[in-house]
Amino acid sequence: MAGWLFVITLLVALVAVYRPFGDYMYRVVTGTRSNVAERGVYRLVGVNPAAEQTWGVYARSVLAFSAVSILFLYLFLRVQDKLWLSLGFDPVTTHVAWNTAVSFVTNTNWQAYSGESTMGHLVQMAGLAVQNFVSASVGIAVAVALVRGFAARGGATLGNFWVDLTRIVLRILLPICVLATIVFMVAGMVQNLSGGTDVTTLTGATQHVTGGPVASQEAIKELGTNGGGFYNVNSAHPFENPTSWTNWLQLFLILLIPFSLPRVFGRMVGQNRQGYAIAAVMAVLAIASIALTIGFEVHGAGTVPQAVGAAMEGKETRFGVPNSAAYAAVTTLTSTGAVNSFHDSYTSFGGMMPMINMMLGEVAPGGVGAGLYGLLILAIITVFVAGLMVGRTPEYLGKKIGAREMKLASLYFLVTPTIVLAGTAAAFATGNNSTALNVGPHGLSEVLYAFTSAGNNNGSAFGGITVNTPWWDTALGLAMLLGRFLPIVLVLALAGSLARQKATPESEGTLPTHQPLFVGMVVGVTVVLVALTFLPALALGPIAEGLS
Amino acid sequence: MRLPTWLAQHLAALRALLVFTVLLGIAYPLLMVAVGRLPGLDNRTGGSLVTVADTTVGSRLIGQAFTDADGNPVPRYFQSRPSAAGDGYDPTSTSASNLGPESVVDTLSDDPEAASASLLTEVCARSLAVGELEGVDGSRPYCTADGVGAVLAVFHRDGFTGPVTRVVSVNQTGTPFVATYEGVAVESARNGEDYRAMGGVITAIRGDAPAHPVVPADAVTASASGLDPHISPAYAELQVARIARERGLSRAEVESLVEEHTDGRALGFLGEPGVNVLELNLALDGK
Repeated sequence: MAGWLFVITLLVALVAVYRPFGDYMYRVVTGTRSNVAERGVYRLVGVNPAAEQTWGVYARSVLAFSAVSILFLYLFLRVQDKLWLSLGFDPVTTHVAWNTAVSFVTNTNWQAYSGESTMGHLVQMAGLAVQNFVSASVGIAVAVALVRGFAARGGATLGNFWVDLTRIVLRILLPICVLATIVFMVAGMVQNLSGGTDVTTLTGATQHVTGGPVASQEAIKELGTNGGGFYNVNSAHPFENPTSWTNWLQLFLILLIPFSLPRVFGRMVGQNRQGYAIAAVMAVLAIASIALTIGFEVHGAGTVPQAVGAAMEGKETRFGVPNSAAYAAVTTLTSTGAVNSFHDSYTSFGGMMPMINMMLGEVAPGGVGAGLYGLLILAIITVFVAGLMVGRTPEYLGKKIGAREMKLASLYFLVTPTIVLAGTAAAFATGNNSTALNVGPHGLSEVLYAFTSAGNNNGSAFGGITVNTPWWDTALGLAMLLGRFLPIVLVLALAGSLARQKATPESEGTLPTHQPLFVGMVVGVTVVLVALTFLPALALGPIAEGLS
Repeated sequence: MRLPTWLAQHLAALRALLVFTVLLGIAYPLLMVAVGRLPGLDNRTGGSLVTVADTTVGSRLIGQAFTDADGNPVPRYFQSRPSAAGDGYDPTSTSASNLGPESVVDTLSDDPEAASASLLTEVCARSLAVGELEGVDGSRPYCTADGVGAVLAVFHRDGFTGPVTRVVSVNQTGTPFVATYEGVAVESARNGEDYRAMGGVITAIRGDAPAHPVVPADAVTASASGLDPHISPAYAELQVARIARERGLSRAEVESLVEEHTDGRALGFLGEPGVNVLELNLALDGK
């Protein structure tokens, strides 16, 4: 019962902030007046905030910023031993540095390293955490650009990337993070620059209690749906998630922006009810998934959970089974990938749910920005399917969905499944699946999970697989890179093509896209597309394990 | 001279990254470190360290192993959960076991380096050990009396079907836990054999252990962090008799200390109640 109250209070809190926070974000992304700090940033960067960009220039700005970020972060990781606060750690090896640089720039935060024994404090706060902020801002900026495409009434431009990046960081992410950090510090998260303290335990052994600027990184890790932990065990670590109420607050921060962005969408296209429809699709999928995950874990099927009497392996006492399961569902419904319990030790079906959540394309509600643009693509596919049924040219929000739009939307949908399935097949074909800890169906699940997580920019892991080998680091790095930027380019191209269109007036035959019927259709299309794509792979992994 | 557009774009990108690195990567975390130094917050941001008579003995948030140098439980202390962090409760090497729900077949070998226990056998062995330490029944479903996973490899004439031709108890090199299975005598396992690869169907045997074992779930499972500072109230309750005996205290005295160091659910409905083991043991030492 307490487990369900945990979810219900979370839902109530999100409903309560939907309008005020969504309206606030709307004003941030549509506002034109800059404050002193913003003008300072524009001057230092050397951009003219009033210059509007076409989709091509916007996309090239995103790619340039991300390319420079990857290069910078890679070099930073390679020379960390020569900088301050390195705690005596060696430079990060080439393949791990490549993997980590791509991982943090793509908002994935897959971790092929163990934080407490690899990364110095400076690299954590000035390298990794900076990308937590800006990669989140990039995601939101791209989503806003797509919505501008819908809202435009015949024009060539989508706004200015540098302005979006700056305003989202300074007006949304940073202020909330400052508040959240202070609350987290009160709860007991560490926030210092210490290399740690050696203590003598009650039985006379020595224990090295670690330090670090954890609370400030934790705030953006959740708010930006990044998920890269300061320590190896992420939000299971008592210093990253000290109490059961910080556990609740982390999930709230994770869901805050993705669930409020539909409000921004609704306001920008001038019909709030369109925003409600999109939020409703997200909510239906999310509630179903969270309920199923909790149900499977509390039921505790499987030999070991039955022997134990509860699925407690890899879970913390203070969170317990239901709250851990809720965390696993939320972290994979968004593109976060932070964990407070280890999915590898979940029951077969409980461990399948996080995988399905990611396979949904992380649209319920998805990563910051990425969730909204992913779901809008699915909405376009839905109006197209509906248009086929009645034999007319489909429209969405007054824009005709023609051949070019459908090509872009279909390509978008195909990118991640291709990466996930081809990557998994490649791992088995080259024998690199042998680094998985478990054998049989569970071994397949571990490999499939890794590529699903990388291709969808999630970053959570079925931990029992050794991925810091050159092959794995390279392959997953490529999966993350392509899984992030191919969709972004396609989305921006789509935005450009929508922006050029004049609005078509609504007519008798226009499919209303704000009613429960449409919500149900988008949910149905999403589930059917995902089931058709991934069921064969799931059948060989978790389903085979759960039924045997 | 005007730069080509592509170069100008990358230059702007680099400048933006540097600006944000200074702002978000240096100013923001350092400001937060400074706020964390304020009185009232400084102990928490420093790791919630606990000091007894000028010696720092640990952090109230980080669990410890209350074992001797050989890893045996020290009987006068409440015991923590099993840990997969390094050699146990090592904050420099945090980890969960990552073993799956159907990890039930051990790798048996003469070479201790090559041998590895399945999760099921680890659970069974822990349950037996806790049962012995506390003087209670340590039996569990799917466990043998000698504390390994009760698992058979069953060979059929036609692969998955047909009459049973051979049965091996895969986790036992000694006497099997059952003499016969469907009329076929059960063999013990030999080191280095992979009976699953040989075509045996892996079958776990439930046995007649009670559905609700006396030893609680958290006592036989490794936590997510390997640093779990808590145990469940049920596991604490199980240890009360031993602590009272070892320390010459009454049961009621120990129970009231346990209650004092139990962190309830936050706001009454978040998470699960847990007993902070380090604080409880410190309170016992202070008696």
